Amino acid sequence: MSRSASPRRSSFSRGVFIGTIVFLSLPLLVLVLYSFNESKSGGWTGFSVKWYVKLFTDSPQLWRAFGNSAVVALGSAAVATLIGTLGAVAVNWYRFRLRGYLRTLTFMPMILPEIIIGVSLLVFFSGVGLRLSLFTVFVAHVSFNLPFVFLLVLARLEEFDFSIVEAARDLGASDGQTLLRVILPISAPGIVSGFLTAVTLSLEDFVITFFVTGPGATTLPLYVYSAIRFGVSPVINALSVVMILGTVLLTWSTRNFLKYIAAK
Amino acid sequence: MNRPGDRAGARALGSAREPGGLYAAPSILWLTVFFLAPLAIIVAYSFMTPGARGGVEWTPTLDAYRAIANPTFAKVTLNTILVAIGATAVTLIIALPCGYYMARSERQTLLLMLVMIPFWTNFLIRIYAWIAILGNEGFLNDLLLALGLVDESVRFLYNRGAVMLVLVYTYLPYAILPLYSTIDKFDFSLLEAARDLGASKLGAIVRVLLPNVKGGILTAFLFTFIPIFGAYAVPLLVGGTESYMLGNLIADELTKSRDWPLASAISLVITLVTTIGVLLLLRANGASTLGGSAGEASADGAAPEPAVGGAR
Repeated sequence: MSRSASPRRSSFSRGVFIGTIVFLSLPLLVLVLYSFNESKSGGWTGFSVKWYVKLFTDSPQLWRAFGNSAVVALGSAAVATLIGTLGAVAVNWYRFRLRGYLRTLTFMPMILPEIIIGVSLLVFFSGVGLRLSLFTVFVAHVSFNLPFVFLLVLARLEEFDFSIVEAARDLGASDGQTLLRVILPISAPGIVSGFLTAVTLSLEDFVITFFVTGPGATTLPLYVYSAIRFGVSPVINALSVVMILGTVLLTWSTRNFLKYIAAK
Repeated sequence: MNRPGDRAGARALGSAREPGGLYAAPSILWLTVFFLAPLAIIVAYSFMTPGARGGVEWTPTLDAYRAIANPTFAKVTLNTILVAIGATAVTLIIALPCGYYMARSERQTLLLMLVMIPFWTNFLIRIYAWIAILGNEGFLNDLLLALGLVDESVRFLYNRGAVMLVLVYTYLPYAILPLYSTIDKFDFSLLEAARDLGASKLGAIVRVLLPNVKGGILTAFLFTFIPIFGAYAVPLLVGGTESYMLGNLIADELTKSRDWPLASAISLVITLVTTIGVLLLLRANGASTLGGSAGEASADGAAPEPAVGGAR
């Protein structure tokens, strides 16, 4: 009964949803289609994979930018994960001064528009006399990644209660042993998803990086920006398709990996 | 398993030799130095005199704030507000039925994937996709020329409409996801009860569903309005001079006009609007709701996480 009634009941929301999915996917499908177009611009002239060949064999600047992005993403995610995990453990399980301050401090960067973080860091770096480079990009990325890692680890820790820490202590574990042998293993899924989220956010970031980058420190999004600034670029079409496939694959495997460790 | 009382009790038991401060120190230090201090510098700079080639001279003045009030800037501010309100409204109106449909569907994981794939795609690529469609040599113009509907390329880009379209496109998933996760927790039998008691279909949704998913609507609003209000890349790439937004103004003052106090003052205005907006909405909704749903939505905003949250 209810099943036969259900499609009708939600016919409006169904229509909107289908329309939305078409709206969201269509632009990406156009990119896929055009990445196989033989001509550089204008109409369809024939199927070709030459833009892919050019992407993989003849785009040294693009791959240098990708290298920079990878270094910054892995480095900043690692540091943010280390710092953010410890912060989350502290906030979840321990009393200390400035606890409320830390909570506010981790919430604020997430609600401010990116441009504010980018501009304030640029002004700060120039104020303290730090030359803009890949290092300043790294510092900026740690700063916006940290709150995300903090929250994801915190969410995981909130599923456990303090008695496991107490039990470890009662059995004679030192603080260090409690952290390494009890707290970190149970927070592993939160730590892993925090790290992967940080890598993704870092690879994705354009606005903040745009402000804090210096000569020679072009990341992949900055490279894409300079390539598309004045219109269509077929190599970027091919890159887009590779990136879309990459993200889908990465997310899919991340998800299975997290399911696997969560089940363990 | 998750008993908040236990944790509160545990904290009370904690002793002075607890390592909490030690664990928290790196986070506190990092965010104080690289987040709070830069904001403080912006506040200070906004009251100073511009230096000759960027930077500031330490002579206090309110010039930057006077400049914000002049008509040229006021026009950009107005445009920013209009675009932000318009794009957010359109986004929410589309996102609500989508979230509702997803929550009621039996194939939630699949539907979630359909929303997430465009969302995971790089921000710039998503903007670029629209340049590839609407550009002078883009897909749509190719199509129109081939069909003989137009004689020469139509200029679809570089106006306010294009900015709104691409903003809605970019932030739609940010609104759909929190709405979906809140509506998913809603007890739909309440809707049937309302219908049984004589409410119309729309009446039941407006009076019963919407008040119950207020937290999700609020989160969706914040997660679209705030980034749109501070938008930079979208108006830069698909906007024209008349669709300039505050974010573009900041960048220009910073890198072209080299008036850092003015750039700082505009940044401060955006920061204040954002903070006041968040505080007002927190208050209107009761602090606990946003605390919970913001955490949730941020997890949604973070790429790999929703796949886990959505796996059911």
